Amino acid sequence: MPTNQGKRGTFARITRALTSLVTLCSGMTPLSEAMTQTDKSGVSRTRWVEFAIEGAIRLLGFSTIGFVLLIFLFLLREGLPIFYEVPLGNLFGTRWYPTFDLFGTLPLILGSILVTVTAIVIALPLGVATAVFVSEIAPHWAREVLKPMIEVLAGIPSVVLGFFGMHFVAPVIRSILGAPTGLTVFAGALILAYMALPTIISVAEDALDTVPKSYRDAGLAMGATQWQTIWKVVVPAARSGILMAVMLGMGRAIGETMAVMMVTGNAARVPLSLDSLFRPARTMTATIAAEMGEVAQGSTHYHALFGIGIILFLLTFLINLTAASAIFHKRRRGGLR
Amino acid sequence: MIDRFVAQRLGFALLILTALVVIMPILFVVGIIVAWGASAVNWEFLSAMPSDGMKAGGIFPTIIGTLLLMLGTAMASIPVGVGGAIYLAEYARDTWLTRAIRLAIVNLAGIPSVVYGLFGLGLFVLFLQFGTSIAAGALTLAIMTIPVIISTAEEALRAVPTEFRTIIASLGGTRWQGIQRVVLPQALPGIITGIILGLLRAAGETAPILFTVAAFYLPRLPQSPFDPTMALPYHLYVISTQVPGMPLEVQYGTALVLLTLVLSMNLVATVIRSYFRRRRQW
Repeated sequence: MPTNQGKRGTFARITRALTSLVTLCSGMTPLSEAMTQTDKSGVSRTRWVEFAIEGAIRLLGFSTIGFVLLIFLFLLREGLPIFYEVPLGNLFGTRWYPTFDLFGTLPLILGSILVTVTAIVIALPLGVATAVFVSEIAPHWAREVLKPMIEVLAGIPSVVLGFFGMHFVAPVIRSILGAPTGLTVFAGALILAYMALPTIISVAEDALDTVPKSYRDAGLAMGATQWQTIWKVVVPAARSGILMAVMLGMGRAIGETMAVMMVTGNAARVPLSLDSLFRPARTMTATIAAEMGEVAQGSTHYHALFGIGIILFLLTFLINLTAASAIFHKRRRGGLR
Repeated sequence: MIDRFVAQRLGFALLILTALVVIMPILFVVGIIVAWGASAVNWEFLSAMPSDGMKAGGIFPTIIGTLLLMLGTAMASIPVGVGGAIYLAEYARDTWLTRAIRLAIVNLAGIPSVVYGLFGLGLFVLFLQFGTSIAAGALTLAIMTIPVIISTAEEALRAVPTEFRTIIASLGGTRWQGIQRVVLPQALPGIITGIILGLLRAAGETAPILFTVAAFYLPRLPQSPFDPTMALPYHLYVISTQVPGMPLEVQYGTALVLLTLVLSMNLVATVIRSYFRRRRQW
């Protein structure tokens, strides 16, 4: 690393670095030739290119931290005013009627939690069972069919799933329940469960794959059936990974917007009893998406929606932090490999 | 107590059943949309401007809008994503800073799409005064796509054996020469797969473009990056929830076009990956 370059102007440094980058890239010097350039200019050119490129790449690597900070900064900038424009009692009250200056976020937060938890309750058994099937007992061909299918599911845009939910899932639920509308928490949770499934399945499957074969052999050698070995040995050994799968699936579900907005019915009321499952509810994400288009920039309502954005950001940050700490923990321990 | 081998039989049957419960709805969704949308999709539907309050005509501007958005997203996210991946795979040591970068990536990937929309509105549309425009939307989508590209590209780079790098070093090559001429080309199929997967996610997203790009009804093509545009996923949302009396056929047709776009990209990514995995020598 050259150390005596600091005296020159930054502009000159950048220009030189760029010129050498261009010459190297466009010249397409064969590798051997570039390496055997021993004359002074050749060496310094290579070194300069190396220096400039390493700097640029380092910058790109660090940029992700910048993006997270930038996102948080702009959410705060537009959202913080709500905390002194509206008293806290109103802000965490039970009624969200922005036209009457009632900004109670409680029904929205509870709505999000109810939809997410229901979705995970549906997705967890399905996801873990499918992961066990794929990683432990499925024949090769079944795996070759299942995995692309799950990738297809991961690729279907949420607005398409929401569209399908509106036209199929909701009417079916309505006719089964005889309820006035099928656009309910349950319909939304069902769609969300399928949206969280690809994440849950792939992370859980990875976790099962890292369980050493010797664990399974030991279980079988003790006279346990394969079924017993899977549930008493392999799955418990992979539990931290499965927990991570659930966390990531939950993060995906709580942040989902379009499908939820189209399917859950969007009634901002506090879900109190179990039958709220079969009533409409409204989530934080859907509130932002539905109302942001019609508010005046800089109004209290506008700040309130950004405030909900801050809550969502912090919530998903927390969930992902938990999931990530599981990854780092595993890495430090050396995992099960 | 039932015999444990019978229990195993029952258990396996149950697992097969769950796998079916997982994949049948996928087939059902795709099947229904193809079956009901196919009759609406013809050349006119794809190439004509919408008319009669979107109830007739085609969806041409929405397709162009989505393609332009993807182009912009690709231009902004590929350099940052691939560069970031090269840094993490080739340069970064295991320091607290590297760990912070990884944490940032995990979190970027987990931020709800609608929060990206808020951010795009705050930074690009209002603060930088792009207005609701393709540029604002593409940059918002790009930041959302970057973590996907970084993590898949890093995995592809890490899959290239360490020996390749040591050999370059032993020949007197610098680290960048090794990356540029050996590691990157070897990892390219994996990187391209990651880029396609990231872009296809961006193509189907609605929430980030709700307040940054989308025009409700704009039957003309955008003239500059700072023009608003219609886009396929937003259009599907609009015609299925906001416009009363919309013919069902048009809705299913639009859903089919969006689904086809996204799934064909998915297919391309899968084909590239499996083709090169089979051809790989190491």
